[in-house]
Amino acid sequence: MSKPTSIPYLLTAAVSGALFGVGLYVSQMVDPLKVLRFLDFTAIPTGGWDPSLAFVMIGAIPVMFIAVQIGRRRSAPVFASQFHEPEYTRIDARLVAGAAIFGLGWGMSGICPGPAISLIAFWPPNLLVFLLALFVGSYAGAFVLPSGSGGRLALAR
Amino acid sequence: MDAFTPIPALLGGVLIGLASAILWLGNGRIAGISGIFGQLLPPAHTVVWRLVFLVALVGGTFAAAYLIPGIGVGGPAGRPAMLASPPAWFTGGTIVWVAISGLLTGFGTKIGNGCTSGHGICGLARLSKRSFAAVAVFFGVAIITVTLTGIV
Repeated sequence: MSKPTSIPYLLTAAVSGALFGVGLYVSQMVDPLKVLRFLDFTAIPTGGWDPSLAFVMIGAIPVMFIAVQIGRRRSAPVFASQFHEPEYTRIDARLVAGAAIFGLGWGMSGICPGPAISLIAFWPPNLLVFLLALFVGSYAGAFVLPSGSGGRLALAR
Repeated sequence: MDAFTPIPALLGGVLIGLASAILWLGNGRIAGISGIFGQLLPPAHTVVWRLVFLVALVGGTFAAAYLIPGIGVGGPAGRPAMLASPPAWFTGGTIVWVAISGLLTGFGTKIGNGCTSGHGICGLARLSKRSFAAVAVFFGVAIITVTLTGIV
């Protein structure tokens, strides 16, 4: 076990982040127009729907599912003292409202937070506007819902 | 049909799954980008690894566009990456449209505790009830939004 500032811990974060970035490029999740065409179910009757991005989840979820199963047999991750698994399990109004508001934002642009960050690599016009707004929105949300699992759990109880 | 690309999408998905698996088994952290991004400011006390992850994410995207060129957008051989233009009926301008979209995305993912990665991949893989609910809601609302705005 090591601290969140130890070299192995930070290297793990770097490898994970880099692979995540490669995956977003290879899958074309970085293309907001491709995402919007995936979300455009009105194109199904005309045959114009692009279902490609469903395969991102089909590829990613089983890999992570196996990792979760391996993790359940361990008392701790390799480089940290505990698994930070969300403890709060109730479906509440905040979750549903938050997901709905996010869905609205996502449907307007085709950009979810991962691609928003990875698009920095290609720096398209107006990305800065999106990133600043993302940051402001997230910060504003922290006043409604405390940041960090401790604060959220305390609020829920 | 617009270019159907299931194989790159599947391979990219496996890489994203692998990235999430490494962060989980290595550091015990959920690879949820809105959470990693949203806790950069105080009172967060674990800023360093979050910054390392996000910088590496940009670097990985950049490097991949050069090493495996021409898959989609970006890099020397790809189409230029672009944000979507607002629908024709919206007269407020692109910047206002993009800003509203970013605000809603930041605010919604914060109070909803996650986005397409944290809920959509990690949460579903953990069989979290909250994540199944969140994914159903944000996919549903996003599909309705695309339909009603007529953005594509």
